[in-house]
Amino acid sequence: MASLEFGTLLADPSTTDQPFADDAPVTRRRRRVHWGRGTILVVAALYFVVPFYAAMAFSLQRPTGGFSLQPLSQIASAPGFLSALWLSTQLAVITMIVVMLLMVPTVIYVHLRMPRFRRAMEVITILPIIIPPIAYSVGVLESAPSWLRSSQYLLAIVYVILAMPYVYRSLDSGLGALDLKTLVEASRSLGSGWISTIWRVLVPNLRSALMSASVLTIALVFGEFTIANVDNWTTIPVWIYLAPTDNPRVNTLVAMIALLATCVVLTLIVSLDRSQSRDSRRS
Amino acid sequence: MTVLSDYDTATPDGDVASRPGRGRTGGVGALVRSLRTSAPVLPFLTYVILVLGVPTAVIVLYAFRSNTGHFTWSNIHTILAGGQYRAGFETSLKLAVVTAVVPGVLGTLVAYALSTSEHALFKRITSATAGVLAQFGGVNLAFMFIAGFAATNGIVTEWLRPLGLDPWNHGWSLYKFWGVAFVYVYFQLPLMVLIITPAFAGLRPAWREAAENLGASRWRYWRHVGMPVLTPAILGSMFLLFGSGFSAYATAEALTAGTIAVTPIQIGAILQGNVIAGEQNIAYALAFAMIVILLVTVIFYVLLRRRTTRWLR
Repeated sequence: MASLEFGTLLADPSTTDQPFADDAPVTRRRRRVHWGRGTILVVAALYFVVPFYAAMAFSLQRPTGGFSLQPLSQIASAPGFLSALWLSTQLAVITMIVVMLLMVPTVIYVHLRMPRFRRAMEVITILPIIIPPIAYSVGVLESAPSWLRSSQYLLAIVYVILAMPYVYRSLDSGLGALDLKTLVEASRSLGSGWISTIWRVLVPNLRSALMSASVLTIALVFGEFTIANVDNWTTIPVWIYLAPTDNPRVNTLVAMIALLATCVVLTLIVSLDRSQSRDSRRS
Repeated sequence: MTVLSDYDTATPDGDVASRPGRGRTGGVGALVRSLRTSAPVLPFLTYVILVLGVPTAVIVLYAFRSNTGHFTWSNIHTILAGGQYRAGFETSLKLAVVTAVVPGVLGTLVAYALSTSEHALFKRITSATAGVLAQFGGVNLAFMFIAGFAATNGIVTEWLRPLGLDPWNHGWSLYKFWGVAFVYVYFQLPLMVLIITPAFAGLRPAWREAAENLGASRWRYWRHVGMPVLTPAILGSMFLLFGSGFSAYATAEALTAGTIAVTPIQIGAILQGNVIAGEQNIAYALAFAMIVILLVTVIFYVLLRRRTTRWLR
């Protein structure tokens, strides 16, 4: 087990279920009603659901009473929204391409040839989580050359660093589940080069790891506020915060959609991951 | 670069460079071979050094640099001496401690309650949601709580007012310390649930059965087996929560429009140019101090983590 377990920050499918499977029959036999646990869960659920409900009600309630989905149609025409969405999308695409090109070959290579370097990779990729984004942005804004400092793409360059912990962990566990050496040797001895081995043998095998890495990267880029805000670029979260407040309902609605969409997509990814690993176990 | 030469030379593959037995004989040949083996990780290392290493080094250097470019302690001294920046640190530390301990305890209880559930789908949804809230909440949380708990028209505030429980009438404000702490629970508690759940999974049923066979009550099982095994994990997780609460910027900024004087907000204000001339270097000193505090936090976390893994594997 790694010395640093920040990785568990990710919703990790392998650790969160089944552990109590052995325990389950015992609990069921006793048929005890767990009032304490029930109360804890209900109170926690209230704390988490009520503010969410409040925000939804605030943005969708009509002044005359009743709900309407009409604010949804105002989102696209809200001033600045589309350009913020475009900027965030560009940053997400660039970040994803760069982080994948940088990490996928490196992590594969380290797994194959430099297993001892994994420890160092783990420490390096955990640093972006330890260094607070606000402190990091102080250093970035000072050390970036001025032509880069005035470009929005500086954000993408920085987001690659912020995405590394997520991408590394996804790839590391994905590769750990493969018989990497056999796959690579088989592919190489059949005459394919490195690029084709990675692209045609390893990438398809790493599909679910790459998928969750991409989703986490996108969620990160679409949610990152600190550095974008102090660098004065209006990405989606900065827009939500700063947008002209003549209609705060629209901002709140966008904030809720962003949060909800991330939850749904992550749940789907986790489930997908699960069903795939189950299939491979069975075969 | 010592790590780099520490590669595994014995990997079989047609390469001359990695013939077993010749890799560690030293000399120029070994150096060349080690460089060749580590070459593929160089793009990654270069990127990390340029984009992460250089900015961090700049923070450390500039924290000790005067406006004229000489070495000085005065930036650090300005923070420690008192005034708004020291007060900011104190508020930040207090906020981090409060939002580590309270959500830490509550999160442990929630994780325990969740871990006894047998619904796979329910667990999947709660763990994904906890992941999102712990990491991607940010600005969005501020909007939720303003809609719910604002002084006027806050939906929950309106519910509580007829009951005489309107918190605004009892000295509470959403935009002051306890309001911000209340909102932080929204990402700190899910974070605690995420990182403590594996520890509950590590409590082996056999221990419980052994305790029960020896006649222990539920209370005695938890008092003498469960809690001692879990305590290092819980404390370690609280250190992580401390770090997360200490470095949070987005929620506090969006909630209070930058009015709560915590260190991250103060750094942000300096970066955005709302600062007295000549105090620019204070930002580096503040950032440096934050990094030092977080490093200490992580060291404590790692130490406690070591203790944890003795029993929980």
